Amino acid sequence: MKPIKAILVASAVILGTGTALAQGIDDPTRDAYYSSFPGKRVVFVPVAMGFDLTEGWAAGLRSALEPLGITFEIRDPNWSTDAGAQAITSLISEKPDVLVVHNPDVQSYARLLKKAEEAGIYVVQVNMRSSYSTDAFVGADYVGMGELIAERLMAKCSPTNGGNGKVAITQGVLTAAASAYQMQGINNVLSQHPEMQLVSNQAADWDATKAKNIAATVIQQHPDLCAIAGFWDVMDMGTAAAIKESGKNVHLITQGGGNQSACDGLKNGTYSEVVVYNVPGQARDMAVMIKQLLQLKQEPGTTKTTLFTPLEILTKDNIGPGSCWTLPEKS
Amino acid sequence: MRVFGRLSQEQIVFGLAVLLCIGFAIVLPGFLTADNLLTLVRSVSILGILGVAMGLVVIGRGIDLSLVALMAISVAWTLQLVADGMPLTQAIVLGLAVSMVAGTINGVLVAYVEIPAIFATLAMGTAIYGFGRYFLFGLDVIYLPEGAHPLLFLGQGTVLGVPVPILVFAGVCLCAYLFLRYTKAGRYLRAVGDNPQAARITGVPARPIVVLQYVLSALIGFVAGIVTAASVASMNTRVANSTFVYDVILVVVLGGIGLSGGRGGIRNVIVGTLLIGVLLNGMTIMDIQYTVQNVIKGVILLTAIVIDTILNPRDEQTAQQGDI
Repeated sequence: MKPIKAILVASAVILGTGTALAQGIDDPTRDAYYSSFPGKRVVFVPVAMGFDLTEGWAAGLRSALEPLGITFEIRDPNWSTDAGAQAITSLISEKPDVLVVHNPDVQSYARLLKKAEEAGIYVVQVNMRSSYSTDAFVGADYVGMGELIAERLMAKCSPTNGGNGKVAITQGVLTAAASAYQMQGINNVLSQHPEMQLVSNQAADWDATKAKNIAATVIQQHPDLCAIAGFWDVMDMGTAAAIKESGKNVHLITQGGGNQSACDGLKNGTYSEVVVYNVPGQARDMAVMIKQLLQLKQEPGTTKTTLFTPLEILTKDNIGPGSCWTLPEKS
Repeated sequence: MRVFGRLSQEQIVFGLAVLLCIGFAIVLPGFLTADNLLTLVRSVSILGILGVAMGLVVIGRGIDLSLVALMAISVAWTLQLVADGMPLTQAIVLGLAVSMVAGTINGVLVAYVEIPAIFATLAMGTAIYGFGRYFLFGLDVIYLPEGAHPLLFLGQGTVLGVPVPILVFAGVCLCAYLFLRYTKAGRYLRAVGDNPQAARITGVPARPIVVLQYVLSALIGFVAGIVTAASVASMNTRVANSTFVYDVILVVVLGGIGLSGGRGGIRNVIVGTLLIGVLLNGMTIMDIQYTVQNVIKGVILLTAIVIDTILNPRDEQTAQQGDI
C-alpha cells in the first residue's frame, strides 16, 4: 500500500503545483512595496542646480521615484548657504517625508538636519556630508579619495620613483567636506613621506579663473613642479589652462562626477587622471536608501547608514565609450 | 608733512605697490623675474579691463553693479550659441548686441527714469543673471565649444612673449584714455560726472552721455568676458553671484577715482589693479592660506584709505554728497 500512497501524494503535489503555476502566484511583498510610496514627498536641497553633479542626482532621483507616485521637488539655493538654511527651515515646518541635502560645508546645516530628523523627516545627505550624521549618507569617501590621490602623487612624483617630489594642491572651498576630509586623507599619506614636498596648498573657491591664477604663479615659482592635484574637474579647467600656457609637463590629477566633459578632457590632454565617483550610481544609491526608509517606517534618526561610492581612476588609456555619463536632454 | 600733503591717493597706492614689490623682491627669490611679473599682470588683467569699464561709469558719477553678471551671461550665451552650431562671428555679434542692449537699458533707467544707478544696475544684474540661467542655458559653467577655438588665442596666446590678455588690457586702457582725453563725448562724460546740473546748463547732452557710459561699460565688459572664457576654456556664470564686482569697484576706488564722480582717470585703474596683482601674486608665492590672504588684503586696503584720509583730510566745502 505504502508505495501507492506515496505515488498518489507525489502526483497530487506535482499536479497541485502545476495548477498553481498556471494561474500565477502573488508576490507577497508587491502590494506592500507599491503602497508604501504614493503620496510621499521627497525634497532635494542641493548647493546649487545647474552643474553636472546636482543635475545628475536630480535626474536620477526623479526617474527612480516619480514612477512610484512619489513627488520629487528641488529647492535651489543657488550657492547661497543662507538661502539653503532658509529652505531647510521652511521645509521642517512643511514636513516632507524625505529631505535630500547636499551640504555646502560641514557646519552650516548641522543643527537644522538634527531638527528635521526630530520633526519626523528622514534626511539623506549626498556627497558632501555635514558634521551631523543623519539617516543616510551617500557619496564619495573623501578621506579615502585624499589617500588615493596622495598615493597617485607618490607613484608619479616620489623620488623613489624617479620624480623630484614637488607637488601642489588646489582645494575648493576650505570648509566644504570635499576639501576638509580630503586634505586629511592626503596628509595621512604625505606626512609619512618627508621626501614629498607640498610647495603650494591653496583654495580656489571651485572657480576656474582663480585656479588658473594660482597654478600659473606656482608653476612660475617651481618650474620643475611634478604634479598638481585639484579637487574638482570643472574648476581644474583653469589649472589645465595654466599648465598648457606654461609649456611645462605637469601631471594634473583631478576628480569629479565622471561627466562626459571629464572623458573629453582626458582625451584632449586637459587632465592626466580623473578620479571619478559615478553620479548616476550615487543617484541610484540614494533612491534605494529612500525606498528602504519609506518601507521600514522607522523613527527618523534611529539608524545611520553610510554608503561610500566606489572610486575609479580614469586615464586616457582606460576610458571607453561608456566610462562617462551624459545628462539626459532637457525636454 | 607738507610734501606728503600733496600726494594724491593714486600716488599713495602706487607707493604702496612699489614698497610691496621691493619687499617681495628682497624676501621672495622668484618674485622679481620677467616671467613672474608677466604672470602677475596677466592674472589681474581681466580685473583691470573690468576696472576700466567701471572707472568710466564712476567718473561719470554712476556705478555699474550689473557689469559682471552681464559679462558672464552675454559671453556664456555666445558660447552656447556656438555649441548649438552657430558660426562664431555671428554668435559674437549676437552676444555683443545683447550686452549693448542691456547696457542701454541700464543707461535709460538711470538717465531718463532717474533711478539711482546703484539700484538700477543692482536690479538689472539680478534680472540679467536670472534671465540667462532660465531662458538661455541650463548649466552654470559653459565650456568653450570646438567651434570657438579661434578665441583661445585671446586668453592663452602670447605675442613676442607677452600674454595676450595683458595686451588686451593695455589696448582697452589706451582706447579709454584716448576717449576720455581727446573725444568730445569723453570730455562731456567727465563734465557730467563732475557736476551734472552745470554740464546741462552749459549745453552738454547730459542724459545721452549717461546712457553712453553704460553702453561702453557693457561693451568693455563683453571684451573682458571673452578673454575670461578664452583663458580658462569655459565661462563660469557663478561669478555673477560672487563678490567679483566689488573687487572691481575696489580697484577703481583704491586707485583714486572718487565715487562722487568727475575725478580720476585710467591711470588710477592701472595703479589700483597693480597693487591687487602684487598682493595676490606675493601671497600665492608665499603659499599663505586663503583665509589669511583675505585678512591681509583687507588690512592693506584699510591702510591705503587711512593714509589717504590723514594726508588728504576731507574738506567740508568741497565734499560732495555721496563722497566716500
